[in-house]
Amino acid sequence: MIDFELSDAVKSTRQMVHAVAEQMMRPISREYDEREHEKPWDFLNTMWQVSNGNPITAGGERKAKEGPSERNLAMCVSIEELSWGDAGLYLSIPNSGLGGAAVAAAGTAEQKERFLAHFGDGKPKWAAMAITEPSCGSDSSAIQTTARREGDHWVLNGTKIFCTSGLMAAEKSEGFVVVWATLDRSAGRAGIKAFVVEAGTPGMYVTKVENKLGIRASDTATIVLEDCKVPLDNVLGSPEIPKTSEGFKGVMATFDATRPIVAASAIGVGRAALDFVRDTLKEHGVEVRYGVPAHKLTVLERDFMDMEAQLQAARLLTWRAAWMMDNGLRNSLEASMAKAKAGLAVTLITQKAVEMLGPLGYSRQCLLEKWMRDAKINDIFEGTQQINQLIVARRILGYSSKELS
Amino acid sequence: MVNFKPTDEQELIRETMQAFAREVLRPHAREADERGVVPEDIVRRGWELALVQSTIPEAFGGYGDARSAVTGTLLLEELAYGDLSLALHLLTPRLLTLPLVLLGTDAQQQRWLPRFTGAEFTVGTAAFVEPRWDFDPTALGTRAVRKGGDWVLSGEKCLVPLARQAEAILVYASAPDGPAAFVVERGAPGLTIGEREKNMGIRALETYPLALADVRIPADARLGRDGAALQPLIDASRVAVASLAVGVARAAFDYARDYAKERRAFGVAIAQKQAIAFKLADMAIEIDATRLLAWEAAWKLDQSEPATRESFLAKSYASQSSLDITDNALQVLGGHGYIRDHMVELFLRNARGFATFDGLAIV
Repeated sequence: MIDFELSDAVKSTRQMVHAVAEQMMRPISREYDEREHEKPWDFLNTMWQVSNGNPITAGGERKAKEGPSERNLAMCVSIEELSWGDAGLYLSIPNSGLGGAAVAAAGTAEQKERFLAHFGDGKPKWAAMAITEPSCGSDSSAIQTTARREGDHWVLNGTKIFCTSGLMAAEKSEGFVVVWATLDRSAGRAGIKAFVVEAGTPGMYVTKVENKLGIRASDTATIVLEDCKVPLDNVLGSPEIPKTSEGFKGVMATFDATRPIVAASAIGVGRAALDFVRDTLKEHGVEVRYGVPAHKLTVLERDFMDMEAQLQAARLLTWRAAWMMDNGLRNSLEASMAKAKAGLAVTLITQKAVEMLGPLGYSRQCLLEKWMRDAKINDIFEGTQQINQLIVARRILGYSSKELS
Repeated sequence: MVNFKPTDEQELIRETMQAFAREVLRPHAREADERGVVPEDIVRRGWELALVQSTIPEAFGGYGDARSAVTGTLLLEELAYGDLSLALHLLTPRLLTLPLVLLGTDAQQQRWLPRFTGAEFTVGTAAFVEPRWDFDPTALGTRAVRKGGDWVLSGEKCLVPLARQAEAILVYASAPDGPAAFVVERGAPGLTIGEREKNMGIRALETYPLALADVRIPADARLGRDGAALQPLIDASRVAVASLAVGVARAAFDYARDYAKERRAFGVAIAQKQAIAFKLADMAIEIDATRLLAWEAAWKLDQSEPATRESFLAKSYASQSSLDITDNALQVLGGHGYIRDHMVELFLRNARGFATFDGLAIV
C-alpha cells in the first residue's frame, strides 16, 4: 500500500543524525571549508566512535531473502541530514564508503568477510573507489590502468584521479582503495575488473590532492599505481574474462546502490539552502502563501515554492530508488533518475537561493554561497547528469550501449 | 512505513482503467476533439465502469467503496492517458457526488445521491472557476448572502462541464463566513446557462458559462452544515489536476518515444541521437517526479491531514511539467508534431489547461 510515512525507527534515527549535523557539523562547517586539506580530527574521531565503523554512510546490499528491509531508505534519510549539516564533512567521515559499496555489490562472501566484517575495529578507516583516469571519466570502459597476473599476485599500473577520500584510504588510515583496471584492453568492458588495494601497499602513492570549488573538507586524490602488487584473491568476483560484459555490469551495479545515496546527499544540501531562505524571509515578515493564485504571489514566493517542489520531487524519486533496493527490486533506472534529478535540482535550487538573498547570499558570512559550491558536485560525481540521462534513455528506449552511445 | 506499491485492488483498478483508456478512449480521442462530441457508446461504457457509482455509499444504491484519494489518482492518470476530454466527461458527475459524499448532510445525501446510481449516465456538475484573468480561488467573486431563511447567489462562472444536462450544479461562492458550496437545481430561477464555450483544448468536453442573478435557494442547499470547511475539496481538486496532468504527459511521452524509435534520420532512428534521447529521458524522469508528488499529496489527504501545501505544490509542479513534457513530445516529432494527423498537438492543447482548471474535487 502506498505510504509516505517513515517508520518510527527511521524517524528516530533521523532525529539523532540531525542533532549530530546541527551540533557537530554546522559549527565547524565554514572553518573546514576555508582550511581546505586540513582534517577536523575531533569530529572524525567522534563519528568513528559513535558509529563504530557502522557504515551509516555506506552503500547497501540488496536484502530480498529476509524480506523487505529499510536499510537503504534509512541510509538516504540519514545522509540527507548529514549533508544538511555539511556535505564536505559528511564525505570525509571515516567508513567503508564507496569502496565498501563496491565490495558489497561485486565481492564474494569471503571478500565481504575479509574487507568489511572488521572494518569498524581499531582506528578510523576509509575505503575509496578509484575509477576515473586523466584520459577517461564517464567512459569507464576506456580505462587504461592495467592489471597483469604475475605468479601469486596481480600487478597494477596506472593513474587514477578524482578519488574521493583517496588520501585517507590509501595513506592516512588502514583502509583500502578499490581500483578498476583492465586485464586485457582488447577485451573492452569484459576485461575490466575491480581490485582491492589495501592502504600502504607498496607501489600505491597519492601524488596530488585537488583544490576544489566545494566539498573542500573532503579530499579528492590522484593515486598512482606503479607495479603495485596485490594478492590474487583481491579481485572482486571472478578473475576470468567473460565472453560478455556481465562482469563489468556487476561492478556497475555498485552505482545502483550509491546513486540514491548521492541523490540523498544532494537533497540535504538543497534543504539546507531552502531552510535558510525560509528562515531569513520569515525573520523579515515574509511567509510563503500556498494556494494563492499566481497573480497575487510575489516572484520570491513563486521561486521558493518551485524550489520546494523540485526538492520534494527529487526526494521522492530517491526514496523510491532506495525502497526498491530494500525490497530486492532492480533499480538501475530509478537510481539514475533520482541522481539525475537531484543533482540538477539542487544545483539550481542553491543558485537561486544565493540570488534570492542578494548580498547576504553572496557573502561568506553566511553558508549559502558554500552550499551552492557544495551542491554542484552532485551534478557531476557518481555519474554526471548526462551519463545518468544516457542510462535512463537506454532503459526507456530499450537500447544497448551500442545502439545509443 | 514508506511504500511505493499500490495494493492488489488498486492495481486491478489501474489495469481495468488502462485497458479502457487504450481500447475505448484513445481510438476515439481525435475524432471527438475534432467534432466536439463524445460518442454515446463511450458514455455508456464509461458508466458501466461505475466511476461515479463506486464512490456512493451502499445505503444510497452505490457500491460504497471507501474513499481513497490514492486510488483516485491512479484511476485519473489512466483515464487521462486515454483522453482528457472523454475522461472528464465520464467523471463529471463526481464533481457533485464526491463533495456530497465527503461533506453533505444526511438529508442532502439522501436527496441527491440515489439519482446517480441508476442504469443511465446521469449528470451532476460543479461551478468553480470564474471568467476573469485575476480569478482567485481563495476569494471567489460569486457571492452568497442570506435573505430571510434562504441563500441568494449572484455572480458568473465558467468552465462548467455538462451544465446543460446537469440535474444539479454545485456552485462555489463566498459566504459571509467564508467559502461555501451550494447545490443549485436544474432550472433554478435566475440561473442562466450560456452558450457552449470554445476552448483551446478539452474540445470534446462540453463546458458552459453560468450567470447567477439573485438565484434564491433554500438554506439547506448549502453543502454540509454552515461553516463546513471546504479546504479538503480544494485540496482534492489539486490532487486530481496533478493526476490528470501525469496521464496526459505520459500519453505524449509514449507517443514521442514510439515515434522516435521508428523515425530515421542520418541512417539511424532519431531516438539513437542524444538530442532526442536525452529529451525523452528528462520527460520520463519528470513524469515519475510529478506522479510521486501527486501520490504523496493524495496519501496526505487520505490521512485526513492538512494537505494544502502538498496538493498546491503538486498541482503547480504538474501544470508546468505536463506542459513542458507535451511540448517536448511535439518537438520530438518536429513538423509532424504540428500536424493534426498526430496526437501530440492535442496533448499539448489539453496540458495547457491544467494551470487553469480548478474545482475538480473528483478524487
